[in-house]
Amino acid sequence: MALSAPAPAGPLQYLEAQARWRPIELVFWLATLLPFVLTPSYLVLASQIAVTALFAMSLDLILGYAGIVSLGHAAFFGFGAYTAGLISKWGWGEPLTGLVLAGFAAGLLGYLFSFIIARFRHLALIMITLGFGLLLEEAANSANWLTGGADGLQGVHMWPLFNTFQFDLYGYTAYSYALIALFLCFLLSRRLINSPFGLSLRGIRENIVRMRAIGAESRPHIRTIFTIAAVMAGVAGAILTQSTETVSLGSLDFQRSADILVILILGGTGRLYGGLIGAVIYLIARDQFSGINPQYWYFPIGILLILVVLFLPNGILGGLSEMVNTERGQRWFGWLTSSSWRGKSP
Amino acid sequence: MIVSAVSVLFDGFAYGMLLFLLSVGLSVTLGMMNFVNLAHCTFAMIGGYVTVTLMNHVGWPFLATLPIAFIGAAAISVVFERTMFHRLYRASELDQCLLTIGVVFVSIAATAYIFSTSQQPVSLPNYLRGSINVGPMTFGVYRIFLIVFALIVSAALIGALEFTRFGAQIRAAVDNQRMARGLGINVDGAFAIAFALGSGLAGLGGALAIDVVGLDPSFALVYLVYVLIVVAVGGLGSIGGTFVAAMLLGISDMAGKYYFPAIGSFLIYLVMISLLMWRPSGIFGRR
Amino acid sequence: MNAPVLATRDLNKSFGSLVVASGIEIALPAGVRYALIGPNGAGKTTLINMVTGMLRPDSGSILLGADDITALSPEQRVRLGLVRTFQINSLFPHLTALESVTLAVCERRRVARTWWRQLTAYRDEIDEAYDILTALTLAPVCHRRTRELAYGQQRLLEIALALAAKPKVLLLDEPAAGVPREESKELFAAIAGLSRDITVLFIEHDMELVFRFASRVIVLVGGRVLVEGTPAEIAADERVRAVYLGKGHGEPRRG
Repeated sequence: MALSAPAPAGPLQYLEAQARWRPIELVFWLATLLPFVLTPSYLVLASQIAVTALFAMSLDLILGYAGIVSLGHAAFFGFGAYTAGLISKWGWGEPLTGLVLAGFAAGLLGYLFSFIIARFRHLALIMITLGFGLLLEEAANSANWLTGGADGLQGVHMWPLFNTFQFDLYGYTAYSYALIALFLCFLLSRRLINSPFGLSLRGIRENIVRMRAIGAESRPHIRTIFTIAAVMAGVAGAILTQSTETVSLGSLDFQRSADILVILILGGTGRLYGGLIGAVIYLIARDQFSGINPQYWYFPIGILLILVVLFLPNGILGGLSEMVNTERGQRWFGWLTSSSWRGKSP
Repeated sequence: MIVSAVSVLFDGFAYGMLLFLLSVGLSVTLGMMNFVNLAHCTFAMIGGYVTVTLMNHVGWPFLATLPIAFIGAAAISVVFERTMFHRLYRASELDQCLLTIGVVFVSIAATAYIFSTSQQPVSLPNYLRGSINVGPMTFGVYRIFLIVFALIVSAALIGALEFTRFGAQIRAAVDNQRMARGLGINVDGAFAIAFALGSGLAGLGGALAIDVVGLDPSFALVYLVYVLIVVAVGGLGSIGGTFVAAMLLGISDMAGKYYFPAIGSFLIYLVMISLLMWRPSGIFGRR
Repeated sequence: MNAPVLATRDLNKSFGSLVVASGIEIALPAGVRYALIGPNGAGKTTLINMVTGMLRPDSGSILLGADDITALSPEQRVRLGLVRTFQINSLFPHLTALESVTLAVCERRRVARTWWRQLTAYRDEIDEAYDILTALTLAPVCHRRTRELAYGQQRLLEIALALAAKPKVLLLDEPAAGVPREESKELFAAIAGLSRDITVLFIEHDMELVFRFASRVIVLVGGRVLVEGTPAEIAADERVRAVYLGKGHGEPRRG
């Protein structure tokens, strides 16, 4: 992809331009406030979208940026979810501290597991992440004295946030809570991506052999990003628990891991916004077609996956990005997307 | 005590043979082309439904449906391979995973639509039912049949691999694809045939599995996990490795369910993770 | 400086019955340009792989200065100043040239783990990367993705990445391999421009390069060092001529 404008004064200026906020991003985040005004009856759905978006973004950090294919990422989502639920069940219903504790717990689990996954690549890595997810699912299922098993965790009750905002069926609190968490984590991720560490991650994804040849130790990098991603996934799970006051096995089963992978791929990996867009489209579509037997829902998803892999390898954002990078696209949308920062691909 | 142990071993062995039939095709194709085909168990499922349809709607005897299950699964796999899969041989593992998972999703939904989501009943012929008593122990006839049948197929496979030219080509391609091409071996052609054969075997396995584990649309996903475990642990491209891994998994699963029912599959996953950590390329793997 | 900056002692390696290295002993004094030549399959890249730590020798030792580095990992050797390039480009396809070299500089300066500060705050590292690229005439294309660069430019980027690690010893694996004549001028200039502080060993088939840049030549045949000397001595050596079957200067670049 050639640059449409001549390179600015020096290398520093160019890199700075890369990292700057672009107009379309502001449009996106302002748009997230719309549900409050336009569709207040859908705030519960909106909060679930925000939770899923956060979860997808956490997967993007390890998949899109570090190249780690994980089929068991829901393990951290569910671990955070159950931790938050248990904290509340055992008597402490304050949301923010519960959230922090759940994130910390998921992060600890991720940190421990990262020592294993940093050592493997390719099929062995995929299988180990799959095995880990299934392991946790089985454990949660068997330990029904703790988790409530197939019936789900009972007795989760949250105190009002800041003693004023109660989680209720209307969803105002839930959506605000989830949206703020999503935005803060997004800022964190953005900073991370544009740091030297973010550059190393991309190096690992692009060519791990070369990383060794420039003297880089990849394993500590992988462990760090995996832990951060686990914290974020755990936070997402905790928010889901707190805002819905339930936890079930569905929060950490293989289906959840597979779904979030589909969502991220749909939106496009390595762009940070891919998971967000994917979550919006996927969940709205599923809500619209919720009348259909859930068995049949996976038919269009399967077709979509096949089409995306064959024809739109960089997801929806990748396809849009390519459209914008044409001459006509630049004329119409260039102002929205001036300069570009991304994890990978044109 | 001994009786139950032998019984668990026997059932585990039979289950393992089933897993072997289901997995061997995937192991070979993964070893040959490194193509991650997560839709492998879709072909198994297709074989199962072919048998069900032929028996329940056309009235064929069970044994007669088996070759058709093989052929049907193989034929459909060829269609998928020629239209979609062959485009992704050079693609990333992730892309291969995603495409084939997409195929799985479509197949599950389509099967649910056509056949409904309930378990498919299959009534075995009388000579395959019941059990044989040897002293204090009871052995199911069908499981004996399964073991014998699978052993014959394994022997045929190994014989073909060791003693035929085609088998030599496959072994060469698994060992070193570039070299094999350099020697003039038509690796792509060999792969297409191996792929069809492997999928056919999976279809056969799916048909044979109906009486042991049942058949419903979720088969394509549930047993995928087991097959992946067998293949990853046994080593890509290694028939012997797949055999051993299938045995291990079959017996561990039975033993786990019998002796530690509370833990369930937990043990299997733990064993798999540990084995993979010890030998990332599988027990008999090469890479 | 008496002690050689890089030396191997009795290096041996076989794969089953295939002997790829047998009793290899080399000693490179500081600042000298060495060429490593030999027919295909002689074990040149294997030697580089063992020296850099990507392959474990069966026996023997490798010394960097006075330190025995035989047990160290490749990353550790790079940190001590032993750096290589690859015969087949091993780059970061979607990173720009500037990003790639900046990455290498950041790793060397050990700032690559900071995730809370923006990359743009590291002006020194970016400037250093830019200077390296400028010296290799890559400055005009520094914002292009690696996969979009011409092949000759990619070969230059290989060297840039190696230089970013501030090597004491630089091992170039066929730097001119596959580079068309039109693009090789910059490459030759880059190799000529390498600082005298760096000891260079390069594998090459291109005899022109060998004669232009090497002050000493090591000939490797069948895993053994056949002979070592100045380029003129090597060119005149009967055994070397016999090994190359009289092809001499006109020998093709890539086997």
